[in-house]
Amino acid sequence: MPSLKDLRGRINSVKSTRKITQAMKMVAAAKLRRAQSQAEQARPYAERMERMLASLGSAVAGSPDAPKLLVGTGADKVHLLVVVTADRGLAGPFNTNVGRFARSRIRALEAEGKTVKVLSVGRKGAAFLKREFPRHIVGEVTFMGKKRIGFEDASAVAARMTEMLEAGEFDVCSLVYNRFRSVITQIPTDQRLIPAPLPEATAEAASGPQALYEYEPAEEEILSTLLPRNLAIQVYRALLENNAGFYGSQMNAMDNATRNAGEMIKKLTLNYNRTRQANITKELIEIISGAEAV
Amino acid sequence: MATFQLELVSPEKLLLSRPVEMAVIPALEGEMGVLPGHSPMIVMLRGGVIQVTEGGQVTDRLFVGGGFAEITPERCTVLADEATPVAELSRAAAGARVTEAEAAYAEATSAPPEKRDAAMQRLLSARAMLQAAEAA
Repeated sequence: MPSLKDLRGRINSVKSTRKITQAMKMVAAAKLRRAQSQAEQARPYAERMERMLASLGSAVAGSPDAPKLLVGTGADKVHLLVVVTADRGLAGPFNTNVGRFARSRIRALEAEGKTVKVLSVGRKGAAFLKREFPRHIVGEVTFMGKKRIGFEDASAVAARMTEMLEAGEFDVCSLVYNRFRSVITQIPTDQRLIPAPLPEATAEAASGPQALYEYEPAEEEILSTLLPRNLAIQVYRALLENNAGFYGSQMNAMDNATRNAGEMIKKLTLNYNRTRQANITKELIEIISGAEAV
Repeated sequence: MATFQLELVSPEKLLLSRPVEMAVIPALEGEMGVLPGHSPMIVMLRGGVIQVTEGGQVTDRLFVGGGFAEITPERCTVLADEATPVAELSRAAAGARVTEAEAAYAEATSAPPEKRDAAMQRLLSARAMLQAAEAA
């Protein structure tokens, strides 16, 4: 039986925990709104880029000297997984979900006899994967201490991927990240980047009005600039969705924690009052029985 | 006068989307005026200023640091690497960028041609930015 003083101490400590989780929840909610609007603002560019790429890609894809970024190296041996996670924790199962998803992807690819390399973006994922696959990690990027993820950060990651491709370090590249479906649901997804998946409608588009575009300079030249840019934008989108998802998940986790703390306080207070009453009753009995004995 | 839809987007946001009469965009192979009914084109851009004309007057001037444009008879979409209204450019920042790009270019003179070209493009874009900043 804990003493009254112990109980008081515990109640106070749970109360301050609740204050912290409540504050974290509010902060996460505010940051979530900002992250969401940032992700929304990036959408128009990505959409239009896709449209342009579809018409250009269909014009070039058939030719034998199509750029590697578009059609890959032709082989299917070495896979590069770019795993995007958050830099910080305290967000429920957010990071673990991606980690687990990546792990099962790596296992599946290895079972098929492929070589897997991992480029980790975000501190938490790096920690998780390093424990399980220390030899697969070829690099890691974190944005610790950055207030806002900019397009340049995504460009840097994309440039690194392009360099690796040029050096022949991998054949196929996919991006593993938490897709932001809503504030409460984030789905770990696997998106192929290289070779670039062209939209289904390309065959029609080639014969449709889109094929009538004039290009200045030539298609190949535009593509050689457009493709790295497209890669960067895909990475950028993943980073932003990851960011928004992280705050959503953190908000949820903190909401739950706040609620649990509230319940805990209720239980402890009840316990405290019972103990206090029991003490009083005991003292009363002692006094009464003492008086009777006299 | 007839108008067409001009859209200017950077990776970070949609900057402009409204009907205009004419836009002059800095294409890689020279300035290019776009009027309604232009034949479909996809062009690359160099660093330079986009001029927007409405009601017979230049109403907006925006600096873009390179990118792409997709032109159709009723629409012109500019995908800019970065875009700033000319009035908001700062001469000091532009100057700093030119110095930086010059250094990068000097370093790249012995690099493979693609790298040198990229450095050259950056330098030209930075110079265009400085020019625009000084003119504003």
